[in-house]
Amino acid sequence: MLIFDLFKMALRSLISHKLRTFLTALGIIIGVASVISMVSIGEGARQQTLSTISKFGTNIITIKPGQQKSRHVTTGKVDTLMLSDADFIEKHVPLITGVAAQVYRSAQLKFGNKNSNSTVRGTGKNYVRLANFEMKRGRYFNQQEIIASKRVCVLGATVVKNLFEEANPLGKTIKVDGKNFMVIGTTEPKGALSWFDPDDQIFIPVTTAQKRVFGMDHIQSIDVQAEKIEDLELIKEDIAQVLRLRHNIADGKENDFYVQNSSQWLNSWGDASKTFTYLLGGIAAISLMVGGIGIMNIMLVSVTERTREIGIRKAIGAKKREILEQFLIESVVISFLGGSVGVLLGVGISEMVSNIGGWDTIVSTQSILLAFGFSVAIGVFFGFYPANKAANMNPIEALRYE
Amino acid sequence: MIAVENLSKTYDSGTLSVSALREVSFQIEKGEFVAIMGPSGSGKSTLMNLLGCLDLPTTGSYRLEDVDIGGLKPNQLAEVRNQRIGFVFQSFNLLPRATALENTELPLLYGRVANSTDIAMQALERVGLKHRAQHKPTELSGGEKQRVAIARALVNKPAIILADEPTGNLDSVTGEEIMSLFHELNDEAVTLILVTHETEIAEQAKRIIQMKDGRIVNDQAVISC
Repeated sequence: MLIFDLFKMALRSLISHKLRTFLTALGIIIGVASVISMVSIGEGARQQTLSTISKFGTNIITIKPGQQKSRHVTTGKVDTLMLSDADFIEKHVPLITGVAAQVYRSAQLKFGNKNSNSTVRGTGKNYVRLANFEMKRGRYFNQQEIIASKRVCVLGATVVKNLFEEANPLGKTIKVDGKNFMVIGTTEPKGALSWFDPDDQIFIPVTTAQKRVFGMDHIQSIDVQAEKIEDLELIKEDIAQVLRLRHNIADGKENDFYVQNSSQWLNSWGDASKTFTYLLGGIAAISLMVGGIGIMNIMLVSVTERTREIGIRKAIGAKKREILEQFLIESVVISFLGGSVGVLLGVGISEMVSNIGGWDTIVSTQSILLAFGFSVAIGVFFGFYPANKAANMNPIEALRYE
Repeated sequence: MIAVENLSKTYDSGTLSVSALREVSFQIEKGEFVAIMGPSGSGKSTLMNLLGCLDLPTTGSYRLEDVDIGGLKPNQLAEVRNQRIGFVFQSFNLLPRATALENTELPLLYGRVANSTDIAMQALERVGLKHRAQHKPTELSGGEKQRVAIARALVNKPAIILADEPTGNLDSVTGEEIMSLFHELNDEAVTLILVTHETEIAEQAKRIIQMKDGRIVNDQAVISC
């Protein structure tokens, strides 16, 4: 029997049981649709986060106090880094184009009767450049203002919106934890990450922040910009060496700081979110599996129902293989149809999630091919046992079956 | 054409073993019209299954057109059934969702014969059902269904046609029509083997083999008619 005739027969038998075919395929439809939509949501979240993170620059090395253990858990003392460390690195480590020490904390901002609870970031003069901020109005503070611990500030776009709405904030005085600061500039909006809005912060000279606002003499992080990305590793080694010397750390002892570059962070975040995507995909794959069991169930029923038909076919000369193929094609056609509808539904759901829910979703060809291929494979896998049962029937008993 | 020698079939069901056929021997030549008779349990169905290559004997040999059936594998048996044997059953055994034409065509599809639709149509024409080709079994009368089954049995130009109580589910008038169709086919040199327990039907054949308790008790030509 030609494969074409087998297909024709499979389709006829499926069409004659429309509702049953649809319900069987539904398991696969839901499975494939959920794989595709789940993976697209996971991928979308990942890509969006990665692209936002990479806006912060990939040639930045960050030094933080304490010891970093696995998975970004920091332990140890947190007050080991000093402003002088930053100055020392800037002067003595080669191949770098800028250093920005930082202290940060959230604080109450006030202008007139308007309030905002935002991050106050004390920085060096290079921070605006290192963090890829563009000035919208006015200017960033300079070295003189840092040395003199001036009470000047630069506002992020969200802060401007919250405190001033449409008005021009330049030259105005705002209160930061009750202390007066003069606005000398504002930055262009950068766009929010899901857990952090970089525009909801104000920038003040690092010395001012230490002495007049936070009352601390250590710093919380140092950003170092490399001239070339290729030099990142070299610079990291230099920094570690310099800091170990300055902090009097004996050989064999652990650093009391850690050095990391943003691309590293990008990678590990990428890995973490990939795991998340796999997890979503995995859960969806289980539903695909359940759909496969549904196919097997129905095929078993169908084989029993059609015992007599199998007997007739065998009596007039159908070989074992041809009976096997006939039933296998039926289950593959079900899963193929289910897979096709599932792909459409999955893409539709992703579209809906991004249009109505406002989440970024990315439907990858890879996930479509994977889900589709998987569903057809499930048709073969779960169809094989019933088909084999049919193929191995004794024709005499099958003909006698009532 | 058919040479059966010491053919036995024993069914084992756990501790009990039943001899359905005990050392049966006979020959059937091309163009014969043989009726196999006997009460139920006489072994005629078992003999039918063996002659139809649906089953293999426990001992003894069965040669169909000089091919030793006992030495064949399941797929080769299927091929013999497809090419050399046509079945007609008491309960018609047509595929309910397929049309008369498709039912007739089925053996040709399994045999991968070219022009299968045309050949199947000719077979339907031969049994006088060309005008019913596109009807499904549910839309056909009993007699028409059996004609379709005969067309299906004929379509591969088999060596023998095995008919198992072909008139058992039909009224006497329709049964007669089917029998006269068998006579016509036999006149065209088709070898027919008919299993029946009705004496009137059996007497229309040219030779009657009577069976009892798994043995042949009588094998003689029919003189009358």
